[in-house]
Amino acid sequence: MTKTVDNRAWFLVLPVFALVAFNAILPLMTVVNYSFQDSFGNNQFFWNGIGWYQELLDPTSELGGRFFAALGRSAAFSLAILAIEVPLGILVALCMPRSGTQLAIGLVIMALPLLVPWNVVGTIWLLYTRSDIGLFGWLINAVGIDFNATRNAAQAWIVLIAMDVWHWTSLVALLCFAGLKSIPDAYYQAARIDGASRLAIFRYIELPKLGRVLMIGVLLRFMDSFMIYTEPFVVTGGGPGNSTTVLSIDLVKIALGQFDLGKAAAMSIVYTLIVLTVCWVFYTVLVTRDSQEAQP
Amino acid sequence: MEGFLAHLSEGTAWMAWTWQTGLFFIALALTLTLMTWLAAARPEAPRVGVLHFPTTRGDRLFLALLGAAFIHLAWIALVGGELGWASGLSLIWALAVFRLV
Repeated sequence: MTKTVDNRAWFLVLPVFALVAFNAILPLMTVVNYSFQDSFGNNQFFWNGIGWYQELLDPTSELGGRFFAALGRSAAFSLAILAIEVPLGILVALCMPRSGTQLAIGLVIMALPLLVPWNVVGTIWLLYTRSDIGLFGWLINAVGIDFNATRNAAQAWIVLIAMDVWHWTSLVALLCFAGLKSIPDAYYQAARIDGASRLAIFRYIELPKLGRVLMIGVLLRFMDSFMIYTEPFVVTGGGPGNSTTVLSIDLVKIALGQFDLGKAAAMSIVYTLIVLTVCWVFYTVLVTRDSQEAQP
Repeated sequence: MEGFLAHLSEGTAWMAWTWQTGLFFIALALTLTLMTWLAAARPEAPRVGVLHFPTTRGDRLFLALLGAAFIHLAWIALVGGELGWASGLSLIWALAVFRLV
């Protein structure tokens, strides 16, 4: 069958384009407009040139200090959860039963955390880790360790990371499981004939085949965790102090708490550019890897 | 017509348009239109450059624009003041991307 190429087919994308225009493109344009102006509300705006950007990118200013600190926290959070979720996800996928009822039960249990809405996850963990009535918080205190995530910054971080690991490791594990399932039995048989150890099988057969799904998993988890808002907002509210104020939380504080639309807009633009760049890198690696695999 | 325009400007007041940002987006839209027309009129094959993976004109445009944004931000952060130089650098960057990548 020969495929005909007709560029008019692109007009079929128009409805989606219209939708995206109203929920993404126009708002993004507005953010660009705001980032060059100051407002006191009531739709009155005053030109400020690149003033907000100068303040934002100057670590010695109030806004700049906040921005770089929050950026650091966001990056640290993403790195921490990736460092835990990816190896843990692979491990879980390797341990999962390959077929039968056990597999079905395993899959259902694994999928459960993924179905819980973000704010509910936050509420669950908020209650779970409370030192007076929460099972986890109370237990830790009962053992003799002083635990209070609302007062201790390190403990607040532990709670946030544990929560994200609980919520999203399943995603990485399910992706890896799908990747493992796609490896033909012949590979394992060949390895057995060669007398390969379990570690060698993982290193030379499973890990290379997992590359693609792992890339997707890392991309999804990085984006989600770098832009996380709901869970820290519910569990810690950015506290204690500013210790868990990640970028998105600080952004909302500036935009809605202080109503500094210009500052928040400039911050959003830089935030967006960072996310866009990382996205592009991952996308390029994925696509390039695919095209290289297609022509060995 | 007059009534419609008044209604439109009232309805989009929250978007806080200025002529500067307006010009920027018009230029961006024109660039995208031009590239789309070019893709239809002069189809091209992806080419492998210094980055060792195939890129199309669209990829190079994206890289040039993204790079330009970061060059301007870096200029504000590290040098400060007049952005003309940053724009000049961005132009050189864009030319380099389109020639080499």
